[in-house]
Amino acid sequence: MTEAEELKKIADREYEFGFVTDVESDSLPPGLDESTIRQISSRKDEPEWLLEYRLKAYRHWLTMEDPSWPKVERNAIDYQQIIYYSAPKPKKVLDSLDEVDPELIETFEKLGISLDEQKRLSGVAVDAVFDSVSVATTFSDKLAEMGIIFGSFSGAVKEHPDLVRKYMGSVVPYTDNFFAALNAAVFTDGSFCYIPPGVKCPMELSTYFRINAAGTGQFERTLIIADEKSTVSYLEGCTAPMRDENQLHAAVVELVALEDATIKYSTVQNWYPGDADGVGGIYNFVTKRGICKGARSKISWTQVETGSAVTWKYPSCVLLGDDSVGEFYSVALTNNMQQADTGTKMVHIGKRTSSTIVSKGISAGRGQNTYRGLVDVKKGATNARNFSQCDSMLLGDRCGAHTFPYIEVRNSTAKVEHEATTSKIGEDQIFYCNQRGISTEDAVSMIVNGFCKEVFSELPMEFAVEAQKLLAVSLEGSVG
Amino acid sequence: MSGKKENSMLEIKGLCASVEGTTILRGIDLDVKAGEVHAIMGPNGSGKSTLANVLAGREDYSVDAGTVQYNGIDLLELSADERACEGIFLAFQYPVSIPGISNAYFLRTALNAVRRYRDESEVDPVDFLELVRSKMDLVGMDEKLLHRAVNDGFSGGEKKRNEILQMAVLDPKLAILDETDSGLDIDALRIVAEGVNALRKEERSIVVVTHYQRLLDYIVPDHVHVLSDGKIARSGDKSLALELEKEGYSWLQADDAKAGNNA
Repeated sequence: MTEAEELKKIADREYEFGFVTDVESDSLPPGLDESTIRQISSRKDEPEWLLEYRLKAYRHWLTMEDPSWPKVERNAIDYQQIIYYSAPKPKKVLDSLDEVDPELIETFEKLGISLDEQKRLSGVAVDAVFDSVSVATTFSDKLAEMGIIFGSFSGAVKEHPDLVRKYMGSVVPYTDNFFAALNAAVFTDGSFCYIPPGVKCPMELSTYFRINAAGTGQFERTLIIADEKSTVSYLEGCTAPMRDENQLHAAVVELVALEDATIKYSTVQNWYPGDADGVGGIYNFVTKRGICKGARSKISWTQVETGSAVTWKYPSCVLLGDDSVGEFYSVALTNNMQQADTGTKMVHIGKRTSSTIVSKGISAGRGQNTYRGLVDVKKGATNARNFSQCDSMLLGDRCGAHTFPYIEVRNSTAKVEHEATTSKIGEDQIFYCNQRGISTEDAVSMIVNGFCKEVFSELPMEFAVEAQKLLAVSLEGSVG
Repeated sequence: MSGKKENSMLEIKGLCASVEGTTILRGIDLDVKAGEVHAIMGPNGSGKSTLANVLAGREDYSVDAGTVQYNGIDLLELSADERACEGIFLAFQYPVSIPGISNAYFLRTALNAVRRYRDESEVDPVDFLELVRSKMDLVGMDEKLLHRAVNDGFSGGEKKRNEILQMAVLDPKLAILDETDSGLDIDALRIVAEGVNALRKEERSIVVVTHYQRLLDYIVPDHVHVLSDGKIARSGDKSLALELEKEGYSWLQADDAKAGNNA
């Protein structure tokens, strides 16, 4: 088999998670107005303050424009065609996994997300979000013994309204951007996590998002609060069926780290990327931001972005507390017609704050990959430090890599470093590997994995292995 | 030490090959038996490196005519990685660098690919390191190079030693050394050549492609072939190489003129 055929074979490999689960769902008709929001709120039996919040966000959203500045080309979204609420039936309060629809359990098994007791062995607690609703959370009881709250966002609204009210929108206000406003208006569920002072969360917490129903948008919110001297590591995974339409995923993630707290947030994003001609796929427009509120707190984002037709996200850190630390490690891979415009914002406000940015972009096929980042050192951020490294790798000659690093420094004691490289996997490298017995497929994946190594080493072990496999599966395009 | 064995390792008949429409090889016949060392010499542009690359299965080269039998199989049917797994090793004239992949990881991946192909069990990192260390002395290579990225920032000499190290670890049946002497000073040349000599054995054939005779002072060939304009113009024993050293390649043109070569 020639190299070209081999690459074609890799390219033609189907999206592994493209199946549809046959469950009955309870959905609102497509369309968005105030009554849609009232219906979502009443179906979720929400308190009045939350409905008011939603409506304020909606009214603000109406005044905003769909942003056009990202370096992506996409179809206009018709917001009246989207189904804003879809929940698997029967919708009732679940007391244990036994009550979850077996079809759903099977779906998550297929995805390699075991919701049952086996997961105890690997020490991961999972909150599974299917379409818009959290269907199951494992290990909540065990975590509760330590005072850790982990479960669905709607659950938290009912059980811990004070915490939710205090922090929701405090990092990403609904006025922040178009999609954050939309999310605040129509979000349906998501995950909530609170780690009490001094507690080191003993297991990885994980949310698994699955879009299933056709025509739906997924709008979930995640809120994680790490109280003083606490530590938590959080994982997020996502998949969706193959569909010809573009489905919108507009999530909001807010992280709050108080004094001496550490939050590590890892994402392996594998939404359906669309087919080779760019038909279908998820529009992944997500606002993720954390605030290092207390002194010496730390927030670390690690993301592996291999899916979605269009990815548009900038997991960011506001470094408010003195000596706080922000980190961003990213691998973004675009194939076929995929586009990604991703990066981070590090806002240095406190003294001696430091941030690290390591971004690895891989473009193949006709994929377009953009790094866009902002390092913003405010006036009071004495002795702030930043190190940024942005590397791009090209496979073939029809793809593109772009870098837009913005640096704003208003304090002369700041030290900001930026390094960037662009490389290409050449036929020579592939032939060299072939000549040593390594197949083209393995050679490409070895070279790409080597390129991403610094980021993978930041992922929890189990996720790192998954990420490597995912990259190998996602690689397609021509070499040379 | 050889030449008496009857079984052919490599049998090339009437091989014609071209690159991007330009014909380079114009009918090569070559018979290499197990355990033999053959030197392919010739002026620049005569097709030496093309022959090496065609045998290794490089895609940019198209084979237009002829056959290549390797241990009884049709070599031209196999992809480059299958040929490598079948025991063909090419020491590159210009080894490429692969940033981000450590030399040790690369070599272990290669070794395990070859072993999988042969239905042998994979070698774990500990056993691998032991194996590599035992081979490193052969080429006088610093262990530090194992942990650097493949050929990345290596000196010319380090790259060539690395090629021979890979050869020692992968244990090929047929090794093709493409201008292994180029870019080496005399000390490095000697060390590399000693490494190659240590790898000579009854079951292994070696084809040495070189422009200069000096490498053949160290790696003494059983047969010498002179390539000119894509064909083997002369074959002989090691004395042919010495003759070339004295007279240069100009006589080839004279021969061509006599033969009325119009290619």
